[in-house]
Amino acid sequence: MMKKKQSIIHSIAAAPHIFWSVLFIILPLLIVVYYAFTDGEGNFSFENILSLGEYAEIFGLSLELSVIATFVCLIIGYPLAMIIAKSKPKHQKIFLMLLMLPMWTNLLIRTYSIMAIFDDGGILNSLLGTTFHFIGTKGAVIFGMVYDFLPYMVLPIYTCVSKIDKHMWEAASDLGCSPTKVLTKVIIPLSMSGVISGVTMVLVPSISTFYISQKLGGGTFELIGDTIERQFVTGALNVGAAISLVMMILILISLSVMNKFSDSSDGGIIV
Amino acid sequence: MKKYLSGIYLTLIFGILYIPIITLIFFSFNSANSTAVFEGFSIKWYIELFNSPETFEALRNTLILAVLSSLIATVIGTAAAEGIYRMRNKLAKSAITSVTNIPMMNPDIVTGMSMMLFFVAVVAGISTVFELTYEDIGFFAMLIAHTTFCLPYVILSVLPRINELGNSLTEAAQDLGCTSMQAFFKVKLPNIMPGVISGMVMAFTMSLDDFVISYFVGSSNFQTLPLLIYSMTKKKVTPDMYALSAIIIVTVFLLLIISNFKTGKKIEGRRREARRK
Amino acid sequence: MKKTFFLIFILLLLVSSVFSCTVSEESDDGEEISGNTVTLNVYNWGEYISDGFDGSMDTNAAFEEYFNENLAKKYGFYVKVNYTTYATNEEMYQKIKSGAGSYDIVVPSDYMIQQMIQNDLLLPFDATTLSNFSNVNEKFKDSPYYDPDNMYSVPYTYGMMGVIYNSALVDEEDASEKSWGLLWNEKYSKKILQFNNLRDAFGSAMYYLGLDINSTDLSVWHTALDKLSEQKELVQGYVNDEIFNKMTTASAAVAPYFAGDFLTMAYQNEDLSFYYPKEGTNYFVDAMCIPRSSRNPEVAKEYINFMLSEEPAVANALYVGYASPNDLVVQNEDYIAGISELHEDAMDILYGQTPDEVNASYPYNPCYQSLDTLSMNDSVNTLWESLKTENSTELWVHVSCGVIVVGVLSLAIYNTAIRKWRSKDYRRRDREIAKAKKAK
Repeated sequence: MMKKKQSIIHSIAAAPHIFWSVLFIILPLLIVVYYAFTDGEGNFSFENILSLGEYAEIFGLSLELSVIATFVCLIIGYPLAMIIAKSKPKHQKIFLMLLMLPMWTNLLIRTYSIMAIFDDGGILNSLLGTTFHFIGTKGAVIFGMVYDFLPYMVLPIYTCVSKIDKHMWEAASDLGCSPTKVLTKVIIPLSMSGVISGVTMVLVPSISTFYISQKLGGGTFELIGDTIERQFVTGALNVGAAISLVMMILILISLSVMNKFSDSSDGGIIV
Repeated sequence: MKKYLSGIYLTLIFGILYIPIITLIFFSFNSANSTAVFEGFSIKWYIELFNSPETFEALRNTLILAVLSSLIATVIGTAAAEGIYRMRNKLAKSAITSVTNIPMMNPDIVTGMSMMLFFVAVVAGISTVFELTYEDIGFFAMLIAHTTFCLPYVILSVLPRINELGNSLTEAAQDLGCTSMQAFFKVKLPNIMPGVISGMVMAFTMSLDDFVISYFVGSSNFQTLPLLIYSMTKKKVTPDMYALSAIIIVTVFLLLIISNFKTGKKIEGRRREARRK
Repeated sequence: MKKTFFLIFILLLLVSSVFSCTVSEESDDGEEISGNTVTLNVYNWGEYISDGFDGSMDTNAAFEEYFNENLAKKYGFYVKVNYTTYATNEEMYQKIKSGAGSYDIVVPSDYMIQQMIQNDLLLPFDATTLSNFSNVNEKFKDSPYYDPDNMYSVPYTYGMMGVIYNSALVDEEDASEKSWGLLWNEKYSKKILQFNNLRDAFGSAMYYLGLDINSTDLSVWHTALDKLSEQKELVQGYVNDEIFNKMTTASAAVAPYFAGDFLTMAYQNEDLSFYYPKEGTNYFVDAMCIPRSSRNPEVAKEYINFMLSEEPAVANALYVGYASPNDLVVQNEDYIAGISELHEDAMDILYGQTPDEVNASYPYNPCYQSLDTLSMNDSVNTLWESLKTENSTELWVHVSCGVIVVGVLSLAIYNTAIRKWRSKDYRRRDREIAKAKKAK
């Protein structure tokens, strides 16, 4: 009796979201699908999908850069989340706000500031008297991605780590674990769901980012987000829709593979 | 030693995060109309800012939109996370979570474009019955679009908390006589609150910063700040936008310090009280 | 955390409600006339109208004032201008075409006007009926290619593209040739900027080679592409508005951009110089038009007419910095003094040579036509893509990405294997224990 009542209430809990998703995610998505499978006149055609071979290289590059950026975010973000979670509760919220605060300025303005600092004739070079070339390289794009998406890695990991019982550390070390073992055998497995959320939240938007690569990459190469944007802006909606559809499917597949390998006991977070 | 190391690490990361912000504040005091060459100190961009009603209207629109959409996304998203956690049917569970991620996975421009086409179709449909134009639903279209792309961030930040928490606490509460509603609001919600708040902050931030989706979905009578700033790229972005960003950053920063000071005192007081007892 | 956040939230709500009060107050003064206030939706380029900066005229506010004082009685309502902005012609076009925006005034460039007329998105209002249309210079009225009968548009600004170079970094003898070739000069490798939009980038190569920029022959575009890929090695970046910062800080030495923008750059960096290439260059006109979806075309006409009168036209021309097609502006002393403040030769740069003179040696129409109209859109887009993708990715990207993927995968597989092995182990032990119990 008890169980039944519970399940009704809790299935209602997801109802608004399901309703919202069907109306505002699935229906607009169907429009994308429609465009992907039609030509300019609205006739059914596979041409857009078949023409995607040309974009394999661009997609590969976007994937590579975003994988690297995600990894850098993880390497920087995990210790950061741990340090924040272990600091005084009073300080924790300050650190978290400080982490999000840069995002409250406009993306364009932030990017311009980064350019003003690192450009060939920028602040850094004129202060140091060097001719360090950074803006316009792939490294700069990765830097931009890490700069912009780091909070999305730290926040979910922090959320998980701060939930881990403090006694867990003590118990593990009492049972004879070295500090590294505590980390690898206890803390990291327990924070895995946060790591996976974080990886998703960084990887996915950085694959499809378009502004960062245009400005920090100096426009000498293109990422898939730039390509899609250009298709849409020049009115080639159908090809743009086809690229994004295929990209979406590829991301979904890779996320589900990632999820298979991760701790499946509390899986279901991503796919 | 360990403390020093973590201190150095924090300083380093936050230093890198804030150098561009400091640069931005620095250039907002530029006397020249440039965001790269500093000629002299001046507050003229701040004066210019306060003399332009367009900028303030854009700021107001941005704030209203960000507050409302992050609130709605937080409510729907938290409920959804709880619902997804309770779901028994694995297939339904994974279907819902995948659908949730779609707005995050799509490049913004695709989401924006598809939403725009969707709303145009909706307006066309409705206007056969009532008289309705895109302008009439402009704000709501924008609100719906922002809420939609904020939702995955809320869910992705709440769900891990709920998963970590498990069922035992709420079950214990129910055994002690709580209804399942009470158990959720009195026991579970306070425990997952950090996740809810960080989801809300993320949603707010996303909405505040969004350009592409607003661009396509927005109507002629509702311009947000990012739209205003991006449209300047035909010529160039003027330092008054830097001034506005500087004001926002410094205000939030001060608020943070003040509130922290106060709650710090409260915690101290509580501790003292506890000790006395 | 919680409290801070709510504090900020509440403050934001307060701030925004205060703003909303002030804004609604402004529009609330329609008492004398029974009619309501009508909103005029103006959709213009960003930073493209005088906004009252530094004591200049706020032309939108001035129009409201002018209309509400002089014309409100005639029309029976007051007007409020709702001014929004865009960054590219194409974005504006998508917005209008999809029906997601209804505007009363837009300011597209020449080729876009042609395209919009073709798609029946503009309202013919016959510009010649406007009382101030006579202020427009004769050569802009004499059947412009995009709107031969002046039915749809009134020119707002015009200008030409040229080459900007830093005289401290570029040898004068290279620059004195006044050729597009400076953008291909190997001496300035990695100090050269190129446009990050295909029309202008291909344009620069085509003017240089003396090709028709509006050619419908794909082989012509291929020739230009070869020239561009030759340049790619030398280019620091494909950029747009970053040119302002990159040129003023001397991060780059050579860049193509518009004459009017050069003036603002030169004001910040005196080393910068400018010329119109001898091979010919792009000439554009941005003109005010009324979209078909306009709800108040009559008010829109009043707005256009007002912007043609001397005072607002001077204020706008000074603010934008591009050349003005308005005769009253070019003769206005305040304007001449103001624009010369930016650069001493400003008048000469903007008006010294007519577009025809600059393009004397270019045998084709120097104005872009829409690729859509030429139905070259898809094929030229493909060429542009191939230019962007032809460079090889550095090895370190592949290597580090490969290492990460292999590392993560092997870790995952290792973990899964260990878990499987362990659970097998546990099960075996369980069975043994059960057996032992049974045996007992």
